[in-house]
Amino acid sequence: MRNTKVVSLEEAIRRSGLKDGMTISFHHHFRGGDKVVNLVVAKLAEMGFKNLHLAASSLSDVHAPLIEHIRNGVITKISTSGLRGELANEISHGLMEEPVVFRSHGGRGSAIASGELHIDVAFLGASSCDELGNASGCPRSENAKSICGSLGYALPDARYADHVVILTDDLVAYPNVPKSISACDVESVVVVDSVGDSSKISSGAIRDSKNPRDILLAQQAAKVIINSGYFKDGFSIQTGTGGASLAAVKFIRESMIEKGIKASFALGGITAHMVKLHEEGLIGRLIDVQSFDKVAAESIAHDQLHQEVSSVEYASAEHEGSAVHALDIVILSALEVDVNFNVNVLVGSDGIIRGAIGGHPDTAEDSALSIIVCPLLRGRIPCVVPKVTTLITPGKGVDVVVTEYGIAVNPLRPEIAGRLKAAGLKVVDIHDLAAKATSIIGEPDALPFGDKVVGIVMDRHGKVLDQIRNIVK
Amino acid sequence: MMFVPGNNPGMMADAHIYGPDSIMLDLEDSVTMAEKDAARLLVHNALKSIDYGDTEMVVRINPLNTPYGKKDVEAVVKAGVDVIRMPKTETADEVRELEAEIIKVEEELGCVGRTQIMAAIESALGVVNAYAIATASKRMMGIALGAEDYSANLKTQRTPGGAELLLARETIVVAARAAGISCFDTVYSNLDDMETFRKEVELIKTLGFDGKSIINPRQIEVVNSVFAPTQKDIDKALKIIAAIKEAQAKGSGVIAVNGKMVDRPVVIRAERTIALAIASGILNKEDVL
Amino acid sequence: MEMKNASAGTLESGDIMIQIAPTDKEGLQIDLTSSVADQFGKQIRKVITETLEGLGIDKADVKAVDKGALDCTIRARVTAAAVRATGKDVWK
Repeated sequence: MRNTKVVSLEEAIRRSGLKDGMTISFHHHFRGGDKVVNLVVAKLAEMGFKNLHLAASSLSDVHAPLIEHIRNGVITKISTSGLRGELANEISHGLMEEPVVFRSHGGRGSAIASGELHIDVAFLGASSCDELGNASGCPRSENAKSICGSLGYALPDARYADHVVILTDDLVAYPNVPKSISACDVESVVVVDSVGDSSKISSGAIRDSKNPRDILLAQQAAKVIINSGYFKDGFSIQTGTGGASLAAVKFIRESMIEKGIKASFALGGITAHMVKLHEEGLIGRLIDVQSFDKVAAESIAHDQLHQEVSSVEYASAEHEGSAVHALDIVILSALEVDVNFNVNVLVGSDGIIRGAIGGHPDTAEDSALSIIVCPLLRGRIPCVVPKVTTLITPGKGVDVVVTEYGIAVNPLRPEIAGRLKAAGLKVVDIHDLAAKATSIIGEPDALPFGDKVVGIVMDRHGKVLDQIRNIVK
Repeated sequence: MMFVPGNNPGMMADAHIYGPDSIMLDLEDSVTMAEKDAARLLVHNALKSIDYGDTEMVVRINPLNTPYGKKDVEAVVKAGVDVIRMPKTETADEVRELEAEIIKVEEELGCVGRTQIMAAIESALGVVNAYAIATASKRMMGIALGAEDYSANLKTQRTPGGAELLLARETIVVAARAAGISCFDTVYSNLDDMETFRKEVELIKTLGFDGKSIINPRQIEVVNSVFAPTQKDIDKALKIIAAIKEAQAKGSGVIAVNGKMVDRPVVIRAERTIALAIASGILNKEDVL
Repeated sequence: MEMKNASAGTLESGDIMIQIAPTDKEGLQIDLTSSVADQFGKQIRKVITETLEGLGIDKADVKAVDKGALDCTIRARVTAAAVRATGKDVWK
């Protein structure tokens, strides 16, 4: 073929016209197994770049090497959905001069589409790619080794970035179809040894939680759904990947079979549990922004009714066509919920960043029924509190909070409280839950926050929602 | 009745959230000799501090003829335990010996009569003496089967059908009923075989037991669903209870439903159905009053 | 008070490991490691101190590794360690 797109990483960077101070972007579909961010940033450091803005869809434990690049001035600004591990710890203690900008998945998609978050060069890992740049998260040859399924979070980057570099560890013959990213959006293709550690990209088969508290919470969440008034033929649902969330799917499935109810679609991060229900004919379609495990990744590769969506199509507040607007029920987790139903999923109650916003505020706000499932206590850490450490999802979008000590319903939704009470569920005032937590563990002392702003939380509409300050040791 | 190891503070802190009717904190078999002192302190402090709500709190102590038994009694009575479960009970005298120990501590505290006793029967001799044990003290609230030791004592082993336990189970139910106290069946320890567990619960319900001992919260739902009365039973029972109230209001001793006289056993069964429905979470207490 | 080295508790979630040792220094030297030190460090130290003083121990090296234990658990573990260290039981 006549193309010259396939080049070395260094050549791809040179061709991109990247300059100091520009914005580079990455996706997080390889999750804890990602090798792309560390590989590219190490090369940029080696080439002498400084002052770059790293805009990732999310970052995790594996990205601790960024600490050195931040100290050396290669990276001076970060935008992401979440931070974990040592990088999060360092940033929480004030590593960076400029605060990290946190956005939800929908918020990031909107910001990229509107130009508010302008990406100069996107470095996007792909499980397979042809030499023209048609890229996919699905395997297309025997050599495929880093399979992630949906590339939903990378699609806005591919479409709106000035320059797109695909990194792949499986270069296949043209045409690599069906494609997620079109060759028309791609300037360079770089072949690397590995884009991700497959054992850390996704787990294998379904693992059912045996934790009795998770099962208890899941049973309660399922009862809330079944009696909420939204559990009827044609409903739609999204769940998280926590133990309780996954276990809830099992109980909902039993009730769907018993009552002859089918769901029209399941949305968001798709798991093996959802694939199973889909294959049993209980869920019509799977709308997949992120395939959480091998089963989901295999399903999206073969099943026409299992469709990939971009983060914009998934959860943008600004696009009326985004899927969250059609979502009935979402089950979400929380690090903290406060008495005003505000939720924090980003900052631990020790003040250290240890999570990701994800699609939390997007789905909570737009769904018809949002259910937060969280234990009242994690060890001596309270999860229902007078005021959240950091505001991520405003309480007006949160309808029900399920804990092992009772179910609290937002006073804005009296009709739901009525239905749950009629079904014999233990509905309690959220203030009583917070008081119960205090009665068990005592009154925690205030956290030693400093004056430096280390993070800014943007809401999904592009406004500043909260600030995160440094923690003093 | 859910068994919780007495040296595991994580499990003790929130065992009640799963809704067992009673929790048995164990100082005996689940605690090693080296940790008996620490577990005793842990159980003592947990009983004093943790709000277990309506849950009945039971502690299984070590046998009185070990160096631990008497200290166990002192520690748990001082913490205000509802029921002491005595393991490996074989004779009525052993119950009376425990009662004497309890009284010693209660006299010191000024609360004589507060602590109840449950005796676990775990040997052939215990089964033979079941009625005597059940009537040994007015503090006796129930007897329970401990099947592992019992089947070993019989020189047999446990089987899924439980044929080896049949006589013991029936004897314990009969003794408890004759004494007017409760009876509880033994544990089933294979958590991965919920089907056999369910069959066992169905069997012991038929035999007349009041409840089942469990080792994991995951087993609660099976027990509740087997013991839960049907909606038809509940509706019938509610009608009978309403009729009793009506009769009481009228000052009449005759209770009638749908024009028919209701016998005393029917009333007792109706009350039991309502109690079970409440315990199984099908009926709210407030709805009955 | 006469005492030897002793410990009680585990490193399981919801528990606390207490090690007590005799010391020449005056007072209680408490070395606390806890994942909730910022929020509950003061309270944990207070419970350890009160429990030991209640048992008549006002001079000891105490090492505590906390895994989110509740106050009642801390009290039980400190008492168990103290009883083992002094050989003086709290029961008759």
